[in-house]
Amino acid sequence: MKLRELTALELGAAIQKGEVSIKEAAQAALDAVAARDGALNAFITVTAERALSRAEQLQAGVKDAQSPLYGVPMAIKDNICTRGVRTSCASKILGDFAPPYDATVVDKLAKTGAVSLGKLNMDEFAMGSTSETSFYGPVKNPWDLERVPGGSSGGAAAAVAAGMGWYAIGSDTGGSIRQPASYCGVTGMKPTYGTVSRYGLIAYASSLDQIGPLCRDAADCAAILDVLQGKDAKDGTSLDGQYSHLLSGLTGDVRGLKIGLPVDCYGDGLNGEVRSAVLAVADALKSRGAEVVELAFPVMEYVVPAYYIIAAAEASSNLSRFDGVKYGWRAEGYEGLADLYRKTRTQGFGSEVKRRILLGTFVLSSGYYDAYYKKALQVKAVIKGAFDKAFQQCDMLLTPVAPTTAPRLGESLSDPLQMYLSDVYTVSVNLAGLPGLSMPCGFDSKGLPIGAQLIGPHFGEGVLLSAAHAFQLDTDYHKRTPKGGDLA
Amino acid sequence: MKITTELVDYISELSRLELEAGEKRDMTAELERIVAYMDVLNQLDTTGVEPMSHVFPVKNVLREDEVVPSQDRSELLAGSPAPDGEAFLVPKAVE
Repeated sequence: MKLRELTALELGAAIQKGEVSIKEAAQAALDAVAARDGALNAFITVTAERALSRAEQLQAGVKDAQSPLYGVPMAIKDNICTRGVRTSCASKILGDFAPPYDATVVDKLAKTGAVSLGKLNMDEFAMGSTSETSFYGPVKNPWDLERVPGGSSGGAAAAVAAGMGWYAIGSDTGGSIRQPASYCGVTGMKPTYGTVSRYGLIAYASSLDQIGPLCRDAADCAAILDVLQGKDAKDGTSLDGQYSHLLSGLTGDVRGLKIGLPVDCYGDGLNGEVRSAVLAVADALKSRGAEVVELAFPVMEYVVPAYYIIAAAEASSNLSRFDGVKYGWRAEGYEGLADLYRKTRTQGFGSEVKRRILLGTFVLSSGYYDAYYKKALQVKAVIKGAFDKAFQQCDMLLTPVAPTTAPRLGESLSDPLQMYLSDVYTVSVNLAGLPGLSMPCGFDSKGLPIGAQLIGPHFGEGVLLSAAHAFQLDTDYHKRTPKGGDLA
Repeated sequence: MKITTELVDYISELSRLELEAGEKRDMTAELERIVAYMDVLNQLDTTGVEPMSHVFPVKNVLREDEVVPSQDRSELLAGSPAPDGEAFLVPKAVE
């Protein structure tokens, strides 16, 4: 049994049957980290000892385990608070900050018997599409070490792809789960806004941020969301609702399902190999009895500017709490309180974070508020309306995740606007609060993974996961594993 | 929309950030490009469209008022760069 190539549910089942101990599984993942992460840099903090002692403790409870994920080792993006374990947001300004509490998702996963291997690298404060803006150095793509893994949950996607844990918990503000999942050949899901508690997620843009899983396949995503979703009193924006059991809803039956192809998402700027691979998903689902309809989605040119105005505005407000007083790092040599704030923030934040704080401050400032921020909120309403109209004609939308496969390291850093534009297929989903899933659907001629995105109406997680599961029953793209950084 | 260095100075001060000369020059040029690109939104007529801050109409979320333990003070202070056991220390802010 090649442990590292099992899915989380397969490993959970093997643990249940006693075929493998939790400690053996944790050790296998830690061995992968030791062998590969020097090259990949997916982890900021590895909690090896904690993981192994937790694995031993959990072993005694295997026979009473309630969750199919009991004992399965995983890792957590470094913007999600973990009690007593450094949570840096990949920023200098948080220093060695170790939160005094666990995020709700961390708490829920601990109760189901998850074993955390550590904290995953990312773009600083989740601001970036390549995982290169980290204070702890860039993450490399396990399919090609010269290329980025995507971002901002790049460490999460690279870790799952490279067998350094069976799943990861990331966050998605404008595509930060889906796009790295696409670049690294894993399956990731950004759930409906409000279905997963954000308590303990260090805020970037609160109205857009959502926590979600990155996994080997859709079934694992369903199992993890079954654990994570639900109303939380600690997050006032989390939603009450009838949360269906997603894992048991995966039948592979897509007969009668209407898949919408928004023609505006397949135009100029989309790489040809990506286009063919994504359209092949429509054919595969059709052969299982789904129906494919083309429809208009005439707001594509507005999604990126609206997103970056709103995200930057919220970031400028959220990040005002980092001032060298309450947590983290403080600059030296200041004269007075305002100078302490200024020096700490100037030296503690990287340039992409500063750019977004300045942009956000600008769009919220007196004289520009109506022209930019208010306008963006109106455009958001128009974008939401375009989705509402689309979902009158179909059950889900099929689009690319990104216009290309993974770019080379350094390419995006030199041109921030170009990097923002690469988020064109993902950001609208956050603006409208919808669920979005990214899954591997092929490889380009360079051997790099291509991702397809499924977008559903609010609370449409079940139907997206079902369609992805059906596709994965017929294909093996999600089962391929990269060799990058593997010394063995 | 022209982004001037004066405007960048102003928003830097509001943001409690201090840019060095070279950084300021680069940032001014980048913000100029980014804001120019954002002006594409003006092509979309949004007359009469209500600004949407939240996609779900969730308002005034209330809960029962219960007494629960608050976070331990020493744990909260432990993350601070300059605690004194009871409070966060900062330079004198009022004369």
